[in-house]
Amino acid sequence: MQSRFLTYLFRRVLQAVPLLLLVVVITFLLVHAAPGDPVDVLSGQMETAPEYREQLRREFGLDRPLYVQLGRYVAKVTSLDLGYSLRYRVDVFDLIMSRLPATLLLMGTSLVLSSAIGILLGAFAARHPYSAADNAATLVALAGYSMPVFWLGQLLLLLFALNLGWFPTQGMASLRAPAEGWGRAFDIAHHLALPALTYSVYNLTLIFRLTRARMQETLAEDYITTARAKGVSEGAVVFRHALRNALLPVVTVIGLTFGFMLAGSVLTETVFAWPGLGRLMYEAIMARDYPILMGLFIFISSLVIVANVITDVIYALIDPRVVYK
Amino acid sequence: MQELLRVEDLTTHIFTPAGVVRAVEGVSLRIRPSEAVALVGESGCGKSMTALSLMRLVRPPVRILGGRVWFKGRDLLALSEAEMRMVRGGEIAMVFQDPMTFLNPVFRVGDQVAEAICIHQGLGRRAAEAGALEALRHVKIPAPEAVVHYYPHQLSGGMRQRVLIAMAVACRPALLIADEPTTALDVTIQAQIMALLSDIRRELGSALLLISHDLGLVAEYCDRVYVMYAGEIVEEADVFGLFKGPQHPYTAALLKSSLNIDHRVAAFEAIEGQPPNLIAPPPGCRFHPRCPRAFEPCSRSAPPVVTLEGGRVARCWLHEDGR
Repeated sequence: MQSRFLTYLFRRVLQAVPLLLLVVVITFLLVHAAPGDPVDVLSGQMETAPEYREQLRREFGLDRPLYVQLGRYVAKVTSLDLGYSLRYRVDVFDLIMSRLPATLLLMGTSLVLSSAIGILLGAFAARHPYSAADNAATLVALAGYSMPVFWLGQLLLLLFALNLGWFPTQGMASLRAPAEGWGRAFDIAHHLALPALTYSVYNLTLIFRLTRARMQETLAEDYITTARAKGVSEGAVVFRHALRNALLPVVTVIGLTFGFMLAGSVLTETVFAWPGLGRLMYEAIMARDYPILMGLFIFISSLVIVANVITDVIYALIDPRVVYK
Repeated sequence: MQELLRVEDLTTHIFTPAGVVRAVEGVSLRIRPSEAVALVGESGCGKSMTALSLMRLVRPPVRILGGRVWFKGRDLLALSEAEMRMVRGGEIAMVFQDPMTFLNPVFRVGDQVAEAICIHQGLGRRAAEAGALEALRHVKIPAPEAVVHYYPHQLSGGMRQRVLIAMAVACRPALLIADEPTTALDVTIQAQIMALLSDIRRELGSALLLISHDLGLVAEYCDRVYVMYAGEIVEEADVFGLFKGPQHPYTAALLKSSLNIDHRVAAFEAIEGQPPNLIAPPPGCRFHPRCPRAFEPCSRSAPPVVTLEGGRVARCWLHEDGR
């Protein structure tokens, strides 16, 4: 069993490799198919001498045929060289790495928060279906599910940061805050609150609705009657016998949301000026900074693929019926 | 007559959007210690609902509206939920119909058996696991040391049913309720499972309430029979008396509709018509629209419950004079 599981894990990781390669190629072609010439940006978008433009093209290899550019790109990406930002003039991989912690902090916080609260509320609502509390929660969830992220973020900013002044309006840290220790941790948490809340709402409502529906189905299963007939207490019936079965599809969805969350980070991070990958992407789009954009696409795709592998593995661990092949 | 279980006037209804389904209507029955009693009737007549009601396992929209369930001198319907939990699985245990769906797919079968032992015998994890192994050995599962670590999907239907039985008998219940325990199994496995259930029951001295529509099983394994039709008990008799001379036309029709190896017939005789809609049951006797012997009072008012010779009971106008 143990070795079969390790083989399964190894195969899933191996299967991810061609997928990653495909992502690299598609990213390259997509960006090149997009309108706009990077030389315009490099030269400052003014009328410049054609000789200067030619020199820039040569310098960045933009004069070579497409397949040569692609080949060179794939070779470089596989050695973790994502190129050199046209605008910031720094290594793209280093740039992404410097922005990654902020995004991971924001995503991690809201993923944990929304999963935990969504699952608990969902389980509770399923135990008391169509009660006043359940109806209210369902209504609020529907509203949260339908609300555009950027709009919600701006509303929260207006109310809690500008009008009430409880939270800072932007960034990840204050200039005057302590540079280390608990003071710094508290300062970051203070900045984190509003963007994490904004970021969580969609996820939380999604997970709440899914858990509630699945939990209701599971509580009607025959083996729940068996558990009750054994004398198992109601709490153990819900949280031991039913929840683990109900969570199987929820785990899949949480894994899938990971990708949506990375995409959603562009909106949230832009609204709150959060110095993470999402805002980096926004800046790169505005500056037509191809290397950053391509680097981000590939990096984010890799994260999503890794998240999917992890999801499959977790699923296999909690559902004994998964066949390792 | 000392009784282990006495159900009086149990009434359970299902509250559906289409109306109130009168699934169990004033059911009374008695079970003595170590006695095997059958509850028979066609699908949907309220047999399982009766069993679930006396275990208090019904959930909304099903509700127990009234009655008493005396068990060892206590009314189970009046117990607190915590007290009732100690009865369930401890003093009264249940074996269910479909071993495919009544085991939790994500837990090892050993743990599922051990859980019952943990709850009712207050044992630690290690001791409960040893008890589970013992219970699996008791139901004659081959290689129980390996099977305790299996998940339900790794076992055959017959093995799963043995696991369910192990779970039920692990705490030596005084009453075992078996709800169509062999319906979902192959015929060859059915015989094995029934024999096993019967042996273990005798060994533990438990009483049995066998819910079934298989009259062959009932004749072989039970002492007394209650016949249920459309939510009501229509006849009560010892098993020999019932097969020799049914006192209710429904019982007679039920016996005629079952195949008999000694009296081979070209086609078996089905009971005319359909079971009634229990949202609006027929007035008077619930069986009268299908009854070959129906006469004037049957459609007018509910038949009397008549006690006949030898303690037999029938709910029928034909026996009015016997009162």
